Amino acid sequence: MQQIIFFFIRNKNFLLFAFLFIISVGLTIQTHNFHNNKFISSANVVSGAVYTFRNNITDYFTLSKENEQLLQENLRLRKKLAQFRNSFDDEVLDSTVLPSKFKYYTARVINNNYSKSKNHLTIDRGKRDSIKIDLGVISSKGIVGIVSDISANYATVQSILNTNSRINAKLKKSSHFGSLIWNTEDPNVAQLIDIPRIAQLNYGDTIITGGRSTIFPEGILIGTIQDFHLDRDKNYYYVNINLFNDMTSLENVYLIENTEAEEIIELEKRVENVE
Amino acid sequence: MSNSDIIINIVRFVLLIFLQVMILNNINIAGYINPYIYILFILLFPLDGDKGLLIFLSFLLGLSIDIFGDSGGVHAGACAFIAYIRPIVLKYSFGVSYEYKSVKINKADAMERLTYIASLVFMHHLIMFALEIFSFKHILLILKSTLFSGIFTIVIIICTMIIFNKKS
Repeated sequence: MQQIIFFFIRNKNFLLFAFLFIISVGLTIQTHNFHNNKFISSANVVSGAVYTFRNNITDYFTLSKENEQLLQENLRLRKKLAQFRNSFDDEVLDSTVLPSKFKYYTARVINNNYSKSKNHLTIDRGKRDSIKIDLGVISSKGIVGIVSDISANYATVQSILNTNSRINAKLKKSSHFGSLIWNTEDPNVAQLIDIPRIAQLNYGDTIITGGRSTIFPEGILIGTIQDFHLDRDKNYYYVNINLFNDMTSLENVYLIENTEAEEIIELEKRVENVE
Repeated sequence: MSNSDIIINIVRFVLLIFLQVMILNNINIAGYINPYIYILFILLFPLDGDKGLLIFLSFLLGLSIDIFGDSGGVHAGACAFIAYIRPIVLKYSFGVSYEYKSVKINKADAMERLTYIASLVFMHHLIMFALEIFSFKHILLILKSTLFSGIFTIVIIICTMIIFNKKS
């Protein structure tokens, strides 16, 4: 017994180190798991407040660029609205009950990573703004990521620049489906895999979201084809995509909520259970 | 450890975290090179301080950086490791004189000081990037990030030490 106690006293520094190191590795592995990164995240009161403080300062540097982007988006939406009006002409429509199952929220990015292999963003909206886990995040130019964790006032977003991210995407031209991943090499280039060989690809073709998930609606812009080659088995294409979004400078983003997501997931689960 | 030492170390702890998460995490030279100078806290921790305390504080330091960076426990693990291994590194960089507590890191020979800083920085970076990237497939990426970020960190740490030395 005494020897055991002496052993602990003699090696107390090593044991302390080993204990703490195992905790760190545990925390690290936990973040690899999408739905489990709740223990340690920047969506908490302290870091949220610090990032908001920083952002209040750094915001001013990008104001003119942001304004420009928002103006352009307004212009585009105005044009669409005009077309929409034309097509309905004089029909009376109550705009509050337009049949859309998607709800939109706005948010500001207060922290953005793009230099690691598993990148996250922090935004200044949380539970109190009725943000939920799994909402899609886009900017005016294209896709950004998926909400992975929330606190009362903040949320973290798993960026598409994250090796754990897998998003359903398709070719705009021919609707062939694949998965959007990231190989960590360049923050402006993502990869599309599992596109069947039969698909016709051209440099510069547009890639959009596929709409087969409950997160993103169909047709959110992703990027254009930079180059492509067949993978090892010669069955699927491996495509490099130039992202429309500059992931290194994000300020204002939109969150998309699919109001029917729960219903769809529940239904799919029921089918799985039956099988 | 005297009272003033305790206060200096608390201030250093907090300041370095803020400096790291507010400014240095956003430098991103060539897309991925950042200096991680918050480990200055571990390098400069009093040599006669309690080793167990240092390991625990280093873990907390790394964990704070992790919370801000959403990186799980990669900094915490790397910091705990270099805090644990610091006495050994001290011994081989400063020789036996370290044992008699006569060494002052700021006044030591430049070469000895560089050995000490470089060993700890590279060990820290290697473990940190290995944990973060967490795959043998990307071993080249791990080594590349370690090398470049490591050099950057060492340069900035030495500059910081020189600047703050002259003042006192």
